[in-house]
This record gives sequence, structure tokens and C-alpha cells, in this order.
Amino acid sequence: MVKLTIDQHVVEVPEGSTIMDAAGIAGIPIPKLCFLKDINEIGACRVCVVEIEGKEKLVTSCNNQVEEGMVVYTNSPKVRRNRKKTVEMILSQHNANCVTCARNRNCSLQTITRDLNILEVPYEKDLHPLPWNKNFPLIRDADKCIKCMRCIQVCDKVQGVKVWDVEGTGSRAGVYVTGNRTIEESDCTLCGQCITHCPVGALRERDDTEKAWWAIENKKKVTVVQVAPAVRAAWGETFGLSREEATMGKIVDALKRIGFDYVFDTVFTADLTIMEEGNEFIERFKKGDTKQMPMFTSCCPGWLRFIKSQYPHLVPRLSTAKSPQQMFGAVMKTYFAKKIGVAPEDMVTVSIMPCVAKKGESNMELFYEEYAGHDVDIVLTTRELNRMIRMAHIDPHNLQEEACDNPMSDGTGAGVIFGTTGGVMEAALRSAHYLITGCNPEADAFKAVRSSREQNKWKEAEITIAGIPIKTAVVNGLGNTRELIEALEKGEVHYDFVEVMACPGGCVGGGGQPIKDGCELATSRSENLRMLDEKATLRFSHENETVIKLYEEFLEKPLSHKSHMLLHTDHQAWEMPRSRR
Amino acid sequence: MSRLEILVPNKAQVVVEQLYRDLERRIEASPSGLCPIDMSKAFLELCHAQTCGKCVPCRVGLKQMRKMISDVLNGKATMDTLEEMKATALSIMESADCAIGYEAANMIYKGLIGFHEEYVAHIQLGRCNCNYQQPVPCVSLCPAGVDIPGYIALVREGRYQDAIRLIRKDNPFPTTCGFICEHPCEARCRRNMVDDAVNIRGLKRMAADLAGKVAPPACQPSTGKKIAIVGGGPGGLSAAYYLQLMGHQVVVYEMLPKLGGMLRYGIPNYRLPKDRLDDDINAILETGIQVKHGLRIGIDITINELREQYDAVLITIGASTDKKLGIDGENAEGVISAVQFLRDVGKDNAIDLKGQEVCVIGGGNVSMDAVRTAVRLGAKKVSIVYRRRVADMTALKDEIDGAIAEGVEVQTLKAPVSIETDESGKVKGLWVQPQMISSIKNGRASVKATGEENVMIPCQTIIVAIGQDIEYQHFADAGVPVNRGVIQTGRHGGFDLLPGVFAGGDCATGPATVIKAIGAAKVIAANIDEYLGYHHVISSEVEVPVPNLEDRDPCGRVNMVEREACQRICDFEGVELPMTEAECKQEASRCLRCDHFGYGILKGGRETIW
Repeated sequence: MVKLTIDQHVVEVPEGSTIMDAAGIAGIPIPKLCFLKDINEIGACRVCVVEIEGKEKLVTSCNNQVEEGMVVYTNSPKVRRNRKKTVEMILSQHNANCVTCARNRNCSLQTITRDLNILEVPYEKDLHPLPWNKNFPLIRDADKCIKCMRCIQVCDKVQGVKVWDVEGTGSRAGVYVTGNRTIEESDCTLCGQCITHCPVGALRERDDTEKAWWAIENKKKVTVVQVAPAVRAAWGETFGLSREEATMGKIVDALKRIGFDYVFDTVFTADLTIMEEGNEFIERFKKGDTKQMPMFTSCCPGWLRFIKSQYPHLVPRLSTAKSPQQMFGAVMKTYFAKKIGVAPEDMVTVSIMPCVAKKGESNMELFYEEYAGHDVDIVLTTRELNRMIRMAHIDPHNLQEEACDNPMSDGTGAGVIFGTTGGVMEAALRSAHYLITGCNPEADAFKAVRSSREQNKWKEAEITIAGIPIKTAVVNGLGNTRELIEALEKGEVHYDFVEVMACPGGCVGGGGQPIKDGCELATSRSENLRMLDEKATLRFSHENETVIKLYEEFLEKPLSHKSHMLLHTDHQAWEMPRSRR
Repeated sequence: MSRLEILVPNKAQVVVEQLYRDLERRIEASPSGLCPIDMSKAFLELCHAQTCGKCVPCRVGLKQMRKMISDVLNGKATMDTLEEMKATALSIMESADCAIGYEAANMIYKGLIGFHEEYVAHIQLGRCNCNYQQPVPCVSLCPAGVDIPGYIALVREGRYQDAIRLIRKDNPFPTTCGFICEHPCEARCRRNMVDDAVNIRGLKRMAADLAGKVAPPACQPSTGKKIAIVGGGPGGLSAAYYLQLMGHQVVVYEMLPKLGGMLRYGIPNYRLPKDRLDDDINAILETGIQVKHGLRIGIDITINELREQYDAVLITIGASTDKKLGIDGENAEGVISAVQFLRDVGKDNAIDLKGQEVCVIGGGNVSMDAVRTAVRLGAKKVSIVYRRRVADMTALKDEIDGAIAEGVEVQTLKAPVSIETDESGKVKGLWVQPQMISSIKNGRASVKATGEENVMIPCQTIIVAIGQDIEYQHFADAGVPVNRGVIQTGRHGGFDLLPGVFAGGDCATGPATVIKAIGAAKVIAANIDEYLGYHHVISSEVEVPVPNLEDRDPCGRVNMVEREACQRICDFEGVELPMTEAECKQEASRCLRCDHFGYGILKGGRETIW
């Protein structure tokens, strides 16, 4: 232990602690901008500087360690004067149009500016905007970028994709897409981790809320909206709702109040995905198709973009099943449209997703009978849902529990855990057990595949069903995924079935989720989904009555011709820029 | 009323003079990889501030150049801008009245030609394609990429053994390099911006002095692969060390009785005591390397035989034959090549120079080694004969100063023309032609004859130190590509047409430095490992201390002190004295820890494995 004095408080902290950690232990928060634990500890913004007695130069508290007997001042006049100057400098190069910024009232720069009582900036405004394709799902405003480098680091260290890098030196140093590429030409997976780790509004998703409002307003259009499992675990954070208060039922109420005609839960097609993907896996496994390389899940569009750009030769290893979002879109525009007597052209399908890549995925085409269009027309992130709630002047505290519409009203606990790492695998194994043996296992029989954001590399498990061993792996985060694939390709490991989620922790940690700067909330959101599964009356996808009915009335059976047409896809049908590495 | 006044600089002028010196040191510490156009613009602004403003090309032209270069940087330029910049620069170069103008334009013009591609990238992509990847200046300039801030921090904490372990990750010759490395690492040390470069080489020497014996790390499990290395100099032994650590069995073929190559048989004991060289070599051999002495490649064994017997072959034969002068009398008795001269000394078989007058021809480090050795062998008078000036010598300044302190005469601007012999064919003197310094070509001053009469410098021994050649013939005959006497490898150190054969060190570069040979050895060891189908990594377990948070107040650099000249010329013992521990600690504290402060903490601060 190291003993030191911080702002007159004597504290004892473990050796190797940073000054910032030590101050935290002493209950003294030190303001910061660029710091991101374990990811970006580079002392670039200079906001977290502190004064050390006997030393003239200030030091950053985020990346310098405590020393025995050190006397630290986190808020001396000298510190405050310098911190203020630094923030004034940052503001001179920040397009502070706060009122029209996606991060208004959720911006670390805004907060620190307020805290430092900066009412005027003495410097001339010096903005450097860069052109950007505003139709791309990921949008960057260069003149809001404060060059904290977090996006670069998250993309490098966590996701291993390296879309961003510093370019130029001196006053011209800035963040650019690597390799002199535009974002469209890049191998950006659209995971959105750069967005959720940006301290300001330099990165955001393309806002599609106006498209949704247009559809709601248009009398000719029937709007059908689906809500992904991970959304329920996170949306309430924005409004200060507890996990218990922020339920799926209240989202349904909100969406109804906003004006959507029909509201469904994507959990329904998560169950449907299990029926298709589970059967596909059993078929491929039995044929010996997974002896060399596994079958990979295909429900994560960030992962699809990753494999297509980095390992195009492995694309045939993907399940051909569409993601639950796309399946729901297809079912809405066919089965459901027919049920309510609406032409698919007159239906606008909307999805609320924890994800930015889903906006890209929705470009996937749908052809059915006379109809040619898309499964899903508009994809909104959890953040956009919350913006719509605000735009509609709904008080989230007054929302009531509302049920989803019929006939796709049911969802199982197995479908709910699709939103967290290991959930798809667990749900698939629950049903695979039934499909192979004809009886259900214990619902928690496959706990071994549950993973978490904190999981090192990946989680492997060998599952035995009817005496047949199935080797599985669950991985989240693309950096981990790359390591897994390298190990598979070198033959160091072998698995039959691999679940991949691009975002750390799975969809709960998705790039479209609410942002709380400096906090990683994936794990607590994941616990929420697990709790919902535990409490669910139905915990097996194959027991979802409305899914069974859908097969009976429309799709016949899993992997039928119609299923293939509507619920499966050719992953080669669209192009992804290849990695240049 | 006085008619004239003594000029006293005003206060502003005094401060500006200081700032000039600050700027000089700052430029010296410029990191590599900066945007060359942004730098050009900065230079141009400085140049413009220097002008008096009298003449049009300077006053107006340089300003217009500034505007155009800004347009390039701001993405507002077209390819026409580039043409206009060239035309303007040329015009200023050709029409300005004084050097302030025409040399300023020349700087820009050089850039327009020299980094044309970067200009085009800015114009066409609106982006800078400069490459700022290795921001720790000392590490980026060390050919072997040694973790310099890391071991300096360890030295500061008195963890000398760990410092040696960390150095060995990239360089198995810590002691040797502590004595004689040319320390390119110090050239751009960021500490220059504060006061002066850190004495990196000296600190390495201190780590080696104070660490005592440090065992090498354990080898990885045996792969069963066998590798022959031809030549046991620094390159060959470094590669052997890493390959052995990777689990391969290395056999080094050395024609001389002991290992070390030029370190033993070229560099005199007073610069690198041989017992200290043995410290490094013994640790290297402790890994289990086998050595075969006395076999000459091409005579006793051929490269093709080695290829058959081993899984890979590495050629590290160095550059060990002398270049000839090509003048009359060169074969006379009393003329000897520096390589031979120093080798004989290294073999304890030195020629007797007592009472003789000796001329050493050449101005490089080998020449300095030869003169200082000649002094120690009792010569009455030793002269360096060089056709250019002292400033043009390629030898390190410290070596030249050391030689002069030891009483060596320096005869500059004298081109050897012939060797005078007596009736018995022995050297009597060296005829030289007086030279004058002349125009600068390719950055180097040339010389021409003054037209004065030739002069004879009386001497009984002439040592020729004008460069070394490589004994390449046998390898060329075996199909190894050779160009201008140097073995031509690919950048991986191998040959496309000779799989499994690699070459490195002086024989593949021409005579260069120890640390360059070690750097090449690392590259080749990694590539031989890959060639054999492995992906071993070399790493170090040593944890680098966190940086100290002291203010970096200006503080003088601790330089090494040498023994008194009058004493040291009497023996071959080491000339350089160690630092005290207090000096060592102070010097280590001067390191600015660029691995932590600055860009290094974002990217490229530390490579822990290779």
C-alpha cells in the first residue's frame, strides 16, 4: 500500500494505483475528457492534471502512479487555472452547437465547460470541418472532434479493425479513416463502439427518426415496429428509470403513444431464428460439415461485415439464417400483411435496435411474390427511440405496461437472451436438445456457454446431447473474434458451433445503446436479460406457440422452401469493402 | 560627444541569440516522420522573417510561396499550384539579390522535387500520407530497436541486471555496445530540446559494468533444426543467439582462433577491453551455440556443403580485406593494411614500431584505431595523412580528439601519390600532393591539387586505412548475388533464388557499425525462424519502472572521462573511465521517458516482443 495526501486527505491505496484512482478512493472526482480505462490512458486532453507539491509541472492523474508520501492537489488555483485554459483551447476547435447536437446534455465537454464556469472563450474559433457522406449509417463531424483518440483506440484495441487513425502532425493532426479511404470504402463494421465511446458528439448514428415520423404521419402507410431484446435492458437509463421500471411493456406503450400501428417484440423472431438456425446446425453437424471449421451464427450484422471484409473465404461457414430483425421484416411483409389485409408496399417496417450495423443490414433485399423491397424499412437505435419519446413529449415515468400485438405476441426467455453474449448459443442448444432427443433439458442446463464482456478471448464449452459431444465457442468483441478465427485457422482449436457478437458483451453493449461516458454497462444490462429469462414462463424457443402457429399456417416447417425464401439469405449477395491488411 | 561608440547588443538581441541556440537544439531533436510540407512551411516562415525586405523576389515572392504552400496544406491547391510554386521558387533562386532569398527558395524547391509525392497526396486526397509511427526518437534511430527508455529507467533504479536482460532482448552485445557503439540513438534525443542529449551509450556501459554476470534466458524447446552461420562477428553471433533461444541448433564457423570478428581483431583493446568483449560472447555461448574454429569457407568447406548439411545457412563474413591505394610502391616492405595491422595486434602478434615514423592513410575510425595503436606500439612519430580536412573525416570526433591528445600528427589536404623506397625495397617515405578544398558535391567537399610541388613525409611504416572489402568470390561462384563487391540480399536478408540462405552485417551492407549488424541479425533470425516454419517470439520478462514525475530542469550531460593521455599511451588498457554511481543516476534521471510522455503512450512506445 502507498500512503499519500490528496487535497489534505491522507489516503492509503494499492501500489501501482494512478493518482486518479487514488483520488477516487478518497472520494475526490477528477474531471477528465480523453481518459478511458484500459483503453485510452494517454494524457492527451490535459484536463485531469493535478499539482504535486514541490514540482513545478502539472502531471496527468489518469496515467501517472502514486508515490509514497506524495502530496497532491487536484483543485489548487494553479490546477484550476490550467484546466480552464485547456478547456478554452479545446472549445476554440470544437463546433459547440450544443443545442443541435445529438449529445446535448450528455456530453463530457459540455459538463466540464459548465463545471469550470467558462462563459467566454478568449480564442478565435478555429474549426476544421471535413466532408462526410451523411447517408452512411455512421456519421462523423470532424469539427466536433476533440482528438481524444478514443475512437482510434477502441477500434484498434477492442475491435481490432483499425478504421481510425491519427493523420498529419502538429496543428494538422486529426482523426481520419485509415489508408486514405473514405468511410464507405473502409472495412468499418458499423459496430458503433467509436460512437458509444466518444466523449462528445463527433460521432453518431445517422438519425432516421424523421423517416419514422413521416411513415406515422402518412395515412396510407401501416407502420409495424419491432423491438430488439437488448433495447429493454438499456432504454430506461436515459430517463433515470431503474431496471425494474424500464420494461418492454412500457416501450410498447411508448411506441403506441408515438403513433405506430403495430408493435412487436423481436424476441418472437429470435425464437424463429432458433428454429431455423438450430435445425440448420443439426443438419450440418450430422453431415460432418463442422469437422474442420464450425458453423458461425449470422444474427450480428457487425460480425457479418467483419467476416466479409477480413475473412471472405469463411463466409460459407456462416449460418444462412437471416437475423431476427430481417426475419421479422420478412414475416411482417408477407404473413402479417396478408393477415391484416395490407399490401406489403403499404407497410412500413421499423425496428428499434441496440445497433448501428442494423441500419446497414436493412439494405438487404426482399422479394416475395409481387413485392420487391426490403424486409425492414427503417432502423432506429435505442438512442433514437429515446429521442422519439422525448419528441413526443411522453413522460416515461407515466408509461403503462402494454402487451405486444397479435398474432406474433409470444416470446420466450430463450429469445430474450439473444441480446447478450452466449444467449444465442444457449437458446440454440436448449432447442437442439429437444430436436435431437425429443425432450427438454433443464432450462439452465447449458449455463456453461454463458459469457460476459469481461470474458478473456472467448468462452468454450463441450456440450453432450444424447451422448453426442458438441464443441461450442462464444465470443464477443471483434478483437477477440479475430484471435478466435486465427486460432481456428491455425488448427489450434476446433469447434462445431460458434456464436459471434461484434460488440463487447453482445447486443447489450451495442453501438446503438444509450451512452454514459466512462461507464461500461453491458454486464449489468446482460444480468437484466438473464433475469427476464429466468422469470419467463416459456424458456424454449420451440415452445413459442405463435412460432409454431406461424409454421402451421404459413412456413410449413423449419428449412422448408418458403423458410428458405423468406428467412434465409445469400451472404454473398452484397459487397463489403475488403480489408487492405 | 564621442565620434564612435562601442556596440553593445540590446536586451532583445541577447534573448534572440539564445533563442537561436534553442532552435538549433530543437531542430537537432526533430522526430522523424513529420509532415514534410508542414515543416517546409515553417522553414519558409523562418526564412521570410530573416529577410530585410529590400528586394522584390524575397519580400513578395516568399510571401506568395507561403500562401501557396498553405493552400496545399489546407486542401485548396491544384496541380497548377504546384507548377506555380516551382516556377516561383526557380525565379527567386535565379533573381534574388542575396543568399537570404535564393537559399530560402532553394529549400522549398528541394522539397518540391524531393517530396513531390507528399505534395500530390495533399492536393489530390486532401490528406497527409506522412508516417508518424515510431515516436520514441532513440528507439527509432537504434538499428536494433533497443528499449532505451526502458533500460535507462532500470539503471536509474539500480536494477542493472534487469537492464542487461532488457537490452539483450534486442541486442546480445550490451557490454560491447556500452563501450564502442556509435550511438545513433543520441542524435535526436528529445532531451536536446531542454539542454543536451542523454549519454545513452555511457549508461549502457554502466549497466554492463555494474550488473556483473547475467545469464541468458532459457532456450525454447528444441526444434531439431540446424543452422550454420559463417563468421563469428557481432552479426553472426547475434543471429546465433536469437536462433538458439528460439530452439534451433546453431553452429558458427569461424576461421580465426577466437570469436568476435572485428570486435576482437579490429577494435583495439584500449577502446574495447577483450575481457569485456568475452563477457558478451560467453553469455551468448551459454545458450548452447556450437563453434567450429579454423575452417575457411571456400577452402576447407563450401557453401553448398553447408546447404546440404544444415536447414539454413547464414553468411556473416564481414568486410575483412583491405582496399588498395593503387599507387607506386604499395607492395614495398613496411606497407601494411590497417585490417592486417590491427588483426596482428589482436592476435598478440603485433609488429614492432619502436622508434619508427609511421604514416596512416585515411580519415575513418579504423584509421584512428591504427594511429592510436601505433602510438602504443612505441612509434616515435605517427601521422594521419588525409586528402581532405579534419571536418571531412568520417571518424567520430571523440576518436580524432583522442588521437590528437595522444600526440598524433594530422596531415590534412595531402593526397598520397607514391611510396619512396630505399635500395633494399623498404619504405623510406610517403609522397603526397598538396590539395585545396573545393566545391561541395553531393553534400561533401571535394579537393583539387594546389599545383604546389609534391612533398615527401619521411616514414618507415605506412598503414593503409582507406576502407575494407568483402571476400565475396566464393559466394558469387555459388550463385549468391553480388553487386560492386557487396552481397545483395532482399530486405528479409535472404535470396529469392537460394531458399534457406541468408546474409547480413557488413558483407551485405559494406563496412558499417556493430549495431547495424546486430539490427540485421534480428531481422534475419526472425526470417530464418519463419523460413523453417516457426513463429517463435523473443521477449523479456523485465518490467519497466513507471516514469518518475520530477520536473525536468535543465542539467548538464555527464560525459565519460578518459585516462590521462600520457599514461594511457603506455598500455593497451581501457581509455574510458566509468561514471560514478551518482553520475549514473543523475544521467539516467535526465531521460524524458518519451515512451510515456508524448506520443509514445498512444502508439509505438514499446515493442515488448518481436
